[in-house]
Amino acid sequence: MHYQVESPSAAAAAWSYLMRVRSMEEDQMERVVRLASQSAVVIFSVSSCCMCHAMKTLFCGMGVNPTVHELDQDPKGKDMERALMRLLGNGINTTAATVPVVFIGGKLVGSMDRVLAFHISGTLVPLLKQAGALWL
Amino acid sequence: MQSFNPTESESTSPLYSHSSFIHRGNDANPNPTRFSDLQHSFRQQDAVDLSSSSVFGAKSNNMAVVASNLQCGTFNTNLGGAEFASTVVGCAETESQHMYQRGSSSATMPMGNQYVEKWADDSQHTEDTCTDIDTDDKNQCFSTVSWGNGVGDGALVVVDSQDQCKTKVKPEDQKTVRRLAQNREAARKSRLRKKAYVQQLENSRVRLAQLEQELQRARQQGVLVASGITADRGHSVVGNGALAFDMDYARWVDEHQRLINDLRSALNSRMGDNELHVLVDGVVAHYDELFRLKSIGAKADVFHILSGMWKTPAERCFIWLGGFRSSEILKIVRNQLEPLTEEQLMGIYNLQQSSQQAEDALSQGMEALQQSLSDTLSTPSQGPCGSGNVAEYMGQMAIALGKLATLESFLHQADLLRQQTLQQMRRILSTFQAARALLVINDYVSRLRALNSLWLACPREY
Repeated sequence: MHYQVESPSAAAAAWSYLMRVRSMEEDQMERVVRLASQSAVVIFSVSSCCMCHAMKTLFCGMGVNPTVHELDQDPKGKDMERALMRLLGNGINTTAATVPVVFIGGKLVGSMDRVLAFHISGTLVPLLKQAGALWL
Repeated sequence: MQSFNPTESESTSPLYSHSSFIHRGNDANPNPTRFSDLQHSFRQQDAVDLSSSSVFGAKSNNMAVVASNLQCGTFNTNLGGAEFASTVVGCAETESQHMYQRGSSSATMPMGNQYVEKWADDSQHTEDTCTDIDTDDKNQCFSTVSWGNGVGDGALVVVDSQDQCKTKVKPEDQKTVRRLAQNREAARKSRLRKKAYVQQLENSRVRLAQLEQELQRARQQGVLVASGITADRGHSVVGNGALAFDMDYARWVDEHQRLINDLRSALNSRMGDNELHVLVDGVVAHYDELFRLKSIGAKADVFHILSGMWKTPAERCFIWLGGFRSSEILKIVRNQLEPLTEEQLMGIYNLQQSSQQAEDALSQGMEALQQSLSDTLSTPSQGPCGSGNVAEYMGQMAIALGKLATLESFLHQADLLRQQTLQQMRRILSTFQAARALLVINDYVSRLRALNSLWLACPREY
């Protein structure tokens, strides 16, 4: 690769920064995946988000006890959010809120609309039972 | 019959009577009987009082002469109404001073009501002049008599008639004066009323024209916006989003009714399952169209959709997050679909449960949103002045704006919930059952709208 630079040190600095960011993101991605597998139901949320509140209410109403990770209370929250965005695949749409994001049984379910769609179509409860979040 | 020469009346007023007198004198048609008629009529008729008092009351004016003559019915028959009419015309045209006032409408004058009214229109005549008795009146008295009977020697007559005028009129003077005054007042009042009414009519006419213009403009705007919306999605003018949605919704309702009617006739005619399937899917797809319109409308004006202003007031009563409640719909449907299999029953029951839970979750989310919004807006600021506080205020506003933006997402989730409930219901039920369910839903909504119309139409006691 051939590119023009003012000084080799600036280019190196930029490159190293980029690599750091990448690794951080990858770290967080791993972390997210790791956290998601730790419990049957994991919700990544922001404490002030009302849709997240609705999500929590929904699961608690069903008798599920989800593990909630508040991204705004995590020091690496921003990166985790970016990682989640990439997981969801809506990197283009940055204005919409990423959270809440739900993982059931370590697998990504998605945002509120996906959860509701699953619930209405009757597939959510079997999924929960399968993950061991619901009994009976 | 005296032949009056109308042209002679074009002379100036004081001399008018004289000239005609002279004229009359020349024509020399001694008719003593007329004079006696005059006397007779002066004594007997009420109109006489009127005429004589008017003689007294009028200023030097030939109109007085003519009118007083014409009050006496006998004169009309004797002298020919037509001729009087022509003379009167001449008088009316020449004499600009219509000081003479005829409040009474009892006069049966051959020349027609227009002249009565013309005289009646003169509201300037006051009661004071009634009592004026001066030399002018004397002259008029004189001329009255002379004209009326065409007697050659006027002098004698003058004295007589004047005496008669004076002596006969005095006792009835008060009554007549009062009556005249009352008539004048009544006429004036009715004229004022008429004027006011006409003014009112004019105002209403102008207002009506304005309203029609506004309506036309609004309709054009609505059509333009609607066509603009369909042509270019990105072009939603602020403030017209609500209007555009309302129009789209109205069209949707009409189309929906048409589809439902087709479905109903299909059910009644016991159509085959395949065709029915197509119709049912058409209705469900049409519902999807509604949700699509709502999402566009929510982007343009979220509060309009949320408030349910596009629904009828009675429907608005049952609104939940900008639309119908899925669990409610399922409740309605369930009761009407008796022949359900076990599996279907379970499916419907589960669907009802899950939609209820989802509704609760979204409702709680909305409550949390309201709470946090009010908290943001009620955060106390240190003081009105200071740039720091302005920044704080703007910061608060920015947070509040962000929270408001989530309103749209809630609305979106609610609509998704409704859409998915309908689709799941379609999946659980057979084609026939689904068709019946759709009809049941439509009946329910129609009845709600009819209730609304009845409520609006019935007068309520407060």
